[in-house]
Amino acid sequence: MPVAASAIYFLNLRGDVLINRLYRDDVGGNMVDAFRMHIMQTKELGTCPVRQIGGCSFLYMRISNVYIVIVVSSNANVACAFKFVVEAVALFKSYFGGAFDEDAIRNNFVLIYELLDEIMDFGYPQNLSPEILKLYITQEGVRSPFSSKPSDKPVPNATLQVTGAVGWRREGLMYKKNEVFLDIVESVNLLMSSKGSVLRCDVTGKILMKCFLSGMPDLKLGLNDKIGLEKEAQLKSRPAKSGKTIELDDVTFHQCVNLTRFNSEKTVSFVPPDGEFELMKYRITEGVNLPFRVLPTIKELGRTRMEINVKVKSVFGAKMFALGVVVKVPVPKQTAKTSFQTTSGKAKYNASIDSLVWKIRKFPGQTEATMSAEVELISTMGEKKSWNRPPIQMEFQVPMFTASGLRVRFLKVWEKSGYNTVEWVRYITRAGSYEIRC
Amino acid sequence: MSGHDSKYFSTTKKGEIPELKEELNSQYKDKRKDAVKKVIAAMTVGKDVSSLFTDVVNCMQTENLELKKLVYLYLINYAKSQPDLAILAVNTFVKDSQDPNPLIRALAVRTMGCIRVDKITEYLCDPLQRCLKDDDPYVRKTAAICVAKLYDINAELVEDRGFLEALKDLISDNNPMVVANAVAALAEIQDSSTRPIFEITSHTLSKLLTALNECTEWGQVFILDSLSRYKAADAREAENIVERVTPRLQHANCAVVLSAVKIILLQMELITSTDVVRNLCKKMAPPLVTLLSAEPEIQYVALRNINLIVQKRPTILAHEIKVFFCKYNDPIYVKMEKLEIMIKLASDRNIDQVLLEFKEYATEVDVDFVRKAVRAIGRCAIKLERAAERCISVLLELIKIKVNYVVQEAIIVIKDIFRRYPNTYESIIATLCESLDTLDEPEAKASMIWIIGEYAERIDNADELLESFLETFPEEPALVQLQLLTATGKLFLEKPTEGPQQMIQAVLNNATVETDNPDLRDRAYIYWRLLSTDPEAAKDVVLAEKPVISDDSNQLDSSLLDDLLANISTLSSVYHKPPEAFVSRVKTAPRADDEEFADTAETGYSESPSQGVDGASPSSSAGTSSNVPVKQPAAPAAPAPMPDLLGDLMGMDNSIVPVDEPTAPSGPPLPVLLPSTTGQGLQISAQLVRRDGQIFYDISFDNGTQTVLDGFMIQFNKNTFGLAAGGALQVSPLQPGTSARTLLPMVAFQNLSPGAPSSLLQVAVKNNQQPVWYFNDKIPMHAFFGEDGKMERTSFLEAWKSLPDDNEFSKEFPSSVVSSIDATVEHLAASNVFFIAKRKNSNKDVLYMSAKIPRGIPFLIELTAAVGVPGVKCAVKTPNKEMVALFFEAMESLLK
Repeated sequence: MPVAASAIYFLNLRGDVLINRLYRDDVGGNMVDAFRMHIMQTKELGTCPVRQIGGCSFLYMRISNVYIVIVVSSNANVACAFKFVVEAVALFKSYFGGAFDEDAIRNNFVLIYELLDEIMDFGYPQNLSPEILKLYITQEGVRSPFSSKPSDKPVPNATLQVTGAVGWRREGLMYKKNEVFLDIVESVNLLMSSKGSVLRCDVTGKILMKCFLSGMPDLKLGLNDKIGLEKEAQLKSRPAKSGKTIELDDVTFHQCVNLTRFNSEKTVSFVPPDGEFELMKYRITEGVNLPFRVLPTIKELGRTRMEINVKVKSVFGAKMFALGVVVKVPVPKQTAKTSFQTTSGKAKYNASIDSLVWKIRKFPGQTEATMSAEVELISTMGEKKSWNRPPIQMEFQVPMFTASGLRVRFLKVWEKSGYNTVEWVRYITRAGSYEIRC
Repeated sequence: MSGHDSKYFSTTKKGEIPELKEELNSQYKDKRKDAVKKVIAAMTVGKDVSSLFTDVVNCMQTENLELKKLVYLYLINYAKSQPDLAILAVNTFVKDSQDPNPLIRALAVRTMGCIRVDKITEYLCDPLQRCLKDDDPYVRKTAAICVAKLYDINAELVEDRGFLEALKDLISDNNPMVVANAVAALAEIQDSSTRPIFEITSHTLSKLLTALNECTEWGQVFILDSLSRYKAADAREAENIVERVTPRLQHANCAVVLSAVKIILLQMELITSTDVVRNLCKKMAPPLVTLLSAEPEIQYVALRNINLIVQKRPTILAHEIKVFFCKYNDPIYVKMEKLEIMIKLASDRNIDQVLLEFKEYATEVDVDFVRKAVRAIGRCAIKLERAAERCISVLLELIKIKVNYVVQEAIIVIKDIFRRYPNTYESIIATLCESLDTLDEPEAKASMIWIIGEYAERIDNADELLESFLETFPEEPALVQLQLLTATGKLFLEKPTEGPQQMIQAVLNNATVETDNPDLRDRAYIYWRLLSTDPEAAKDVVLAEKPVISDDSNQLDSSLLDDLLANISTLSSVYHKPPEAFVSRVKTAPRADDEEFADTAETGYSESPSQGVDGASPSSSAGTSSNVPVKQPAAPAAPAPMPDLLGDLMGMDNSIVPVDEPTAPSGPPLPVLLPSTTGQGLQISAQLVRRDGQIFYDISFDNGTQTVLDGFMIQFNKNTFGLAAGGALQVSPLQPGTSARTLLPMVAFQNLSPGAPSSLLQVAVKNNQQPVWYFNDKIPMHAFFGEDGKMERTSFLEAWKSLPDDNEFSKEFPSSVVSSIDATVEHLAASNVFFIAKRKNSNKDVLYMSAKIPRGIPFLIELTAAVGVPGVKCAVKTPNKEMVALFFEAMESLLK
């Protein structure tokens, strides 16, 4: 049964109800007390997001300082329920401009009630596209979504658009200047052993799009992925161009992309929603260019001293540079005194996360930097268990670089009025979970 | 910029309700709207604003859509508690359902469907009929769901009014969202009906597959989930379905992906072409892996499902083991599930890498995770014969780190490895023995002892090693005692010398004479008998070759697995239990629970010695009888004449009681223990009760035979509390059709039964006319709670602190409700559970109480409950651990 929820609760960290909505009669009105008693106030909190208490199941997520709890009593679709929560939070954020937390909920509770009534009926998720809902659910006090847009009045055929085949775009949009912004954002996930061999490495990327296009445009996106290029060559019966191609392990698309067409022709074609959205996500494991190499040496000298030496090498193009590079080197809890030497950037000891934090604001390509530190420890008696060394973690951003090598080859826009479009493309690579064991 | 609604929460002045009432009736629109917002805010924080019902409903007729929605929200919450007033709203609803604005039409039916009040439901039918045929798809899609709501309230009405047919017509609607909602509604109705209502034919199948391409992501989930019930006719049709569904694997919505995977896996069963199957497996792997980059909660759902999928089709993810390596910052529930899948995917090809990972995890911080990692190494050793040696060397390395719980866990798994590969790795025993002193967990100890016993022949100092354990034999937990007994037995059979002989003698003595554990005693007797009569036979039995164990990492049996795979993405697949195991069709009715509590509280009071007075006043006895819990229909109908003092009183009063009320019970009905069908017409009801510090057996005889019964006698079998009759049973000859009730004084600790404590009380009753009747009763421990059980705060605290932590036990009583602290305290005090202190822990109350049973065994009690919410947590500390189970039984019945 695709039911996703019988009731939904928004609680603060103390367990006070901020918002609650009962969708079905099969759970009691006070089930949230059971959640408070059996999950929030016990060690269970955070050990498992799906729990059964009595005849009911509780599915919960924490988002900033709010717990969102879904209660069901039937064999509900859990994936659907969690995804609904994620999407609903995105919707609320889009309505109240950014933050989603306890204050935002209290300040907008009327609106949230109204949205909850609209986006789920009898436990079945309905349309959650912000773009469409904003056509007819508007509230004073919230950010007015249409103030900068051409047509300001509620569209009379809103209901057709909610249910329409293009349920994510409204009709009759007009822009003086037609523009599309593409952001290719990649996160590199790395797990490297202490000996420097790569245990796991992958890139999860997403293409974020911001569209300011008039009318009902049809878009087609071309990337330098191997299968797409081969298929294209095959369709046009000419040999594939040489050059760097990449192999995508998996792609998932926004609901606007025609999946059947992608399956048969390997082209990404779609009618985009207006404004900002995530067009696609992809995953790559082969041929990843790691932007940084980290070489740590950690020596424990007796029981009270450690010598730490970390060398970081940038291996991307010399003309590029990384921003906001942070290297976190864990040290034992009983660290008493630290001293550093760095070739660039600043390092300090952060006791709250038990780590040495080394920050380099700008890190040019094809260079290297080192930090050496001496750590003195308070000697503790009877400390039998040796210190388990958590991995070194790294954060960075490298603009105009993709770890996967993905490039946008073209973005075509067709609209019956035949206007010209300006396209902007940016690339950026960030650290996902970039861990080096030591 | 954002809203400022928080101001509506801040009005907590004294006269809030009257003030709101005034504002709701204000002539100014804005003021009314603000007032309704305040009402909703109060409702959200849990205040009762139902008294404002009429005033709020008066605001319903408004042009302002926002205000209207708020009033509707209020109605959904309170209509049920004010069914008579709810009718006031009907006119507006019906009018709204014909509004020119489709949003208002839809809102009206949607809200009406949520109000479960008969009067509203009656008026819903006509608007619903219209809305199902509305021109606007938004109204139709709302009406479709509304049919499911109505079916839940009144299934007959839906069938009589032909809504099912209308709903089926919507499957052919030209709007994909209407189709999707109609499918969801039909699937739900089918779920709660035994008749076939929604059957997918090949015709509807193709319609649904077409709609799949056009509807919203959620609509795709509804359609995919109902398609998963469709059984394809042959391989060709299955391939066709799969082909149409496969593109969904690329969807960004995890629910769409999982539902698509579910259908593909189901249809694959029918597909015969191995190429197609291989190809499908290849296509499913990447989307499944991608789910692991979603939010941790979704990852968890995905991992639980992947766990099932790899059991069915291990090839799908055989090459993807790396993606299941744990990240340092993964939440613990993700790590645990990843570990489980890694074990399942471990193979000779990747075992080296996997072992390195496990070893890494075994040095992490979280103890549970570390233990699981160590256990994982052992399971891999058992699963992969060629890798066993490498696994063992990793385990030995871990043992050398000397982290206590790692060592213990390692020893537990090594025992299993020895069983899997007998006579292969005994060389490591010496290393294991080095850690002997550090073992303090029963399972680890038992495992080590098993190893020593099993290989006693080869371990030179096996006798010394075992002897070191024997010193503490009486204090060891049962698990360790059993292993010690067996190991000593093995040692003696392998080395029948003087030392081992003395050891076995000591152990057998101890295990037969000084223990009250029946398992241990019986095993000891068997060994003893074997050893003394036929040592050769003993060898055959004790040293018999054991069957080789196998890998348990694919635990689910195949029919359950198929059942779960058909439920991918649902709770069932997360719990790994079939839906029947956790979904009860019975609706929860918390209000009924409250009433039940009130009932028992009242009957609880009338249990007090003043019951004679109760029976005397007709009004109060009528009150009591109407409050007798319906769940005990077996209550004896005729009142029993009471002996002793009370009897006089009753007799006198009986004469004044009007004749039409002869059935007023003289006390709470007693549970029937011997039904008249078994007793050839004699019915016996009885219960142990405590009156004025004395235990009585409150017993009632009901003569349904044709003859006079006399000469009643009673006897009790040996029992845990040694209860026996403290005097003769005094029942006068019983005329046919009459009954007698008496209080038999009881004495405790007369005929004690050995063995584990149990609440069983076996009773035998005879009379001169009939054979002896045997029946079983339960001893409620609270009958033993003494009047001297009250403790002072300080002595309670001292006693609490002085008891070790493993004397603390706790249990949940999920169905018990505390509706008021004072009532509960009073009620418990009547049963000699004394209140000591209470404190408030956020919304819950924590009560500290004490009770004492004879021989000075105290119970220190901590009750945790939220007022009015089902579920009471009871923690208890007591020096006598064995009584704890009985204690919980007693508390649960007291708190019922």
